[in-house]
Amino acid sequence: MRKEHIINFIVTILLAFILSQFLPWWSIMVAGFVSALFFSLKKLAVFVVPFLAILLFWSVYAFIASSGNDFTLAKKISVLLSLGGNPYLLILVTGIIGGLAAGISALLGKQLSLLAGR
Amino acid sequence: MKYMKLIATLVLTLVVFYCLNTKLGAIPPVGKFLDPVNGVWQNETNEIIEGNVTIAGLSAPVTIHYDAHLIPHIFAQNDADLYKAQGYVTAKHRLWQMEFQTHAAAGRLSEIIGKNALDYDRRERRRGMAYGAEMALEKMKDDPEAIALLKAYRDGVNSYIESLDDKNIPVEFKLLDYKPEPWTIKKTALLLMYMTKMLAGGDDDLEYTNSLRKFGQERFDLLFPDFFDVNDPVIPKDTDWSFIDTEMTKAPQGDIPLDTIRETIAKPHPDNGSNNWAVSSEKSVTGNAILANDPHLGLNLPSIWFVMQLSTPQHSAMGATLPGALGIISGFNNHIAWGETNATRDVLDWYKIEFKDDSRSQYKYGDSWKDTSIRVETINVRGALPVIDSVLYTHHGPVTYDHNFKSDNKRAGYAMKWVGHTGGNNQRPFLDLNKAKNYDDYVNALKGYTAPAQNFVFASTSGDIALWIQGLFPNKWEGQGKFLMDGSNPDHDWQGYIPQAFNAHVKNPERGFVSSANQHPVDESYPFYVFNDGYETYRNRVINDFFRSKDKFSVDDFKALHNNNYNLKAAELLTEMFKSIDVSALTEEERAIYKQIKSWDFNNDIDQVGPSIWRAWWYKLYPMVWDEFDTEDEALTTPFTYQTIYLLINRPKDKFMDILETPEIETAHDLFLKAFKDAVKDLNDWKAKHGDYNWKDYKATYAGHLLQALPAFSRFDIPIGGDANIVNATSENHGPSWRMIVEMSSPPKALGIYPGGQSGNPGSLYYDNMIDDWAAGTYYDLNFMQNDTATSDIISTQTLTPSN
Repeated sequence: MRKEHIINFIVTILLAFILSQFLPWWSIMVAGFVSALFFSLKKLAVFVVPFLAILLFWSVYAFIASSGNDFTLAKKISVLLSLGGNPYLLILVTGIIGGLAAGISALLGKQLSLLAGR
Repeated sequence: MKYMKLIATLVLTLVVFYCLNTKLGAIPPVGKFLDPVNGVWQNETNEIIEGNVTIAGLSAPVTIHYDAHLIPHIFAQNDADLYKAQGYVTAKHRLWQMEFQTHAAAGRLSEIIGKNALDYDRRERRRGMAYGAEMALEKMKDDPEAIALLKAYRDGVNSYIESLDDKNIPVEFKLLDYKPEPWTIKKTALLLMYMTKMLAGGDDDLEYTNSLRKFGQERFDLLFPDFFDVNDPVIPKDTDWSFIDTEMTKAPQGDIPLDTIRETIAKPHPDNGSNNWAVSSEKSVTGNAILANDPHLGLNLPSIWFVMQLSTPQHSAMGATLPGALGIISGFNNHIAWGETNATRDVLDWYKIEFKDDSRSQYKYGDSWKDTSIRVETINVRGALPVIDSVLYTHHGPVTYDHNFKSDNKRAGYAMKWVGHTGGNNQRPFLDLNKAKNYDDYVNALKGYTAPAQNFVFASTSGDIALWIQGLFPNKWEGQGKFLMDGSNPDHDWQGYIPQAFNAHVKNPERGFVSSANQHPVDESYPFYVFNDGYETYRNRVINDFFRSKDKFSVDDFKALHNNNYNLKAAELLTEMFKSIDVSALTEEERAIYKQIKSWDFNNDIDQVGPSIWRAWWYKLYPMVWDEFDTEDEALTTPFTYQTIYLLINRPKDKFMDILETPEIETAHDLFLKAFKDAVKDLNDWKAKHGDYNWKDYKATYAGHLLQALPAFSRFDIPIGGDANIVNATSENHGPSWRMIVEMSSPPKALGIYPGGQSGNPGSLYYDNMIDDWAAGTYYDLNFMQNDTATSDIISTQTLTPSN
């Protein structure tokens, strides 16, 4: 793992955390987009780093929100979404959805940064 | 190339955004929904409710203590603050339910669910639900104090709604992706209509009309008698009615229209009913009167009831509330206790309307024509264009059925006459009951109550017990409203109402107890016309026999009776069936099951197989008897269980016993055997699939979430016995929705429980935490706090403070 990977990773999480306090769910897309714009990565890493960053951010956030309440609702939502009532699977799916959204918007950010000649 | 890639990634980003932000079919907007910061993860709440909340318009601080069952005990300084706080606290726990039930009442579910709810909404519009709510509000305007309190409640609900952001709206809003709308006083009126429909919105007039035409008067009377041969009425048989001096309505000349009606609108659940009873101080072991109530309704989550204590320095009451309505509905205060069962009277009739011409602007009435009016119903449909349904109104009521709805005659229709449309201030009686101190207060509180008619049981600390059957009842001529009537004949109109003072009632009867279980209100000696419109015939006899069985009763006796699983219906028929079954005609596997049911003690307990065999047998037998009713061409309703069993036992060779499609002529005894053989096949099939058919598994009681029993938010396979027509009236998805026992000591000692939990949030441990205890037949001690000082039973306290 190279230094710019780590910087992008941390910046994505920090941005996502700050933006999520006043923006709706798509704050993570903005985070992925912005960090790609300013901390440009190459090849697969453009997608993978923000993907992993938000996967971690959303999973941990979901875990913290839910563990204090014995995953009462998470178990039910896991049934609702046909995940067999397993709250950890729901946490993982949550992370993947968030990561996917952030990774895709990072691709857009990357293209825009190329265009801007950065 | 650069631009191509940019455009490609831009499109991809937008597609991903759209898909994760939009509800696609039944799938919630996944990104928005699963967002841990604002989405469903934020609905994991631990229900520690503390601190101060500022509420505009309060005149003084309000204290809310929550006990270990999450029951709020509200202490306010005056009524306006009290009901404002009730609105706030109820919304805090049950907002989605409050909105959903009132949308359902108003025929507005399509706005939330889309076009799948359109048929439902049209039906509710054609039933005139919103019209009824508007009429009720019109009546309530004569009572400015009640309106002011309705507004206080509304403001309380709305201050809660305003405090919400995307993050903490209830989970169902997130799932269906919509937002709560402000509460209005009309919504309270709609909720009361919802209850009126549930409890007084049933009738079989059109089905009876079809049956009368098909089978003739004599056969009809055999199938649907005004009174069964047994009757243990709500108001004891020996009651003296000589004080009733009003004139009875005379039966008019003129025929009723014998139309063929193909299809009718859905009816409320036939088991909607309840038990209540009270013993006087003389009949109580402790010398304190004791009262019990258990309303039998659909078992839903969130539960239909929400338990609260509502206190001001002037009055304090505790018990079950209906989210959306003010005050305690079934409960007690320091002086009295009260509870309701459904009175099940016929307050809904149908009139045939003949229009003058295709414009349908006038209809025939007497020798002339009367104008119709039009109520344009606009049904907003999520994801589609609004649907407009114009409903014609006559002086009878809405023309529910016409060529636009379940009928094809351009110049005729059927209008509904329903007490639900007459308007009534049905909030006021509960406000007054909450404050009532004695029998006279109770009677005065009830006077203005119109619908849904209820059997109001009463007990007081001074030892009085009473029961009033209260509602607005048309004073009908003999036979009126059993069948479709002629809407053009003024004599067929309701000629007036039974004067309130002549509603059947009883105070401190000699027998020392009062009770009701949706049975016939009276016997034939009551001067007003009351025919059997679906009265229960089993629970009442078990209950009354129990209270006749000994001199004194305790709270433990009351608990035992609530949980009594004795199946009188099965006992009455099985004893006869056993006599006629020829065991030699049974195969070996049939004999094995026959042996099982023969050894059954007629108790529908969870571990027994007898109740399952009985049910399988009865479910085969009943349709065999009434195969004559099996048609798609017209709407028919089969006779009541009691009369069916009566005919099976007393008229075993009646023509109805014959199965039409077989060449042989069957008798009741042939049906017993045939039905048994079919039942054994079913039971063995069931066993192969699910294992042993003990009653718990075979019945499989569940409490379903209000959204069509969404499995994730519902509770299945609840281990509880009983069934319909049993005192413990728990069938699959229906039963005692609240159980309360109050001993009228000073202060009263009360027990209560219901199949649900105080929180409406599926993410709360209090969502369904009472279900197992309820199923086990246990109760919680209701902590009736005598002052607002928190005790060790209080787990958290919240204060609502005025904004200035």
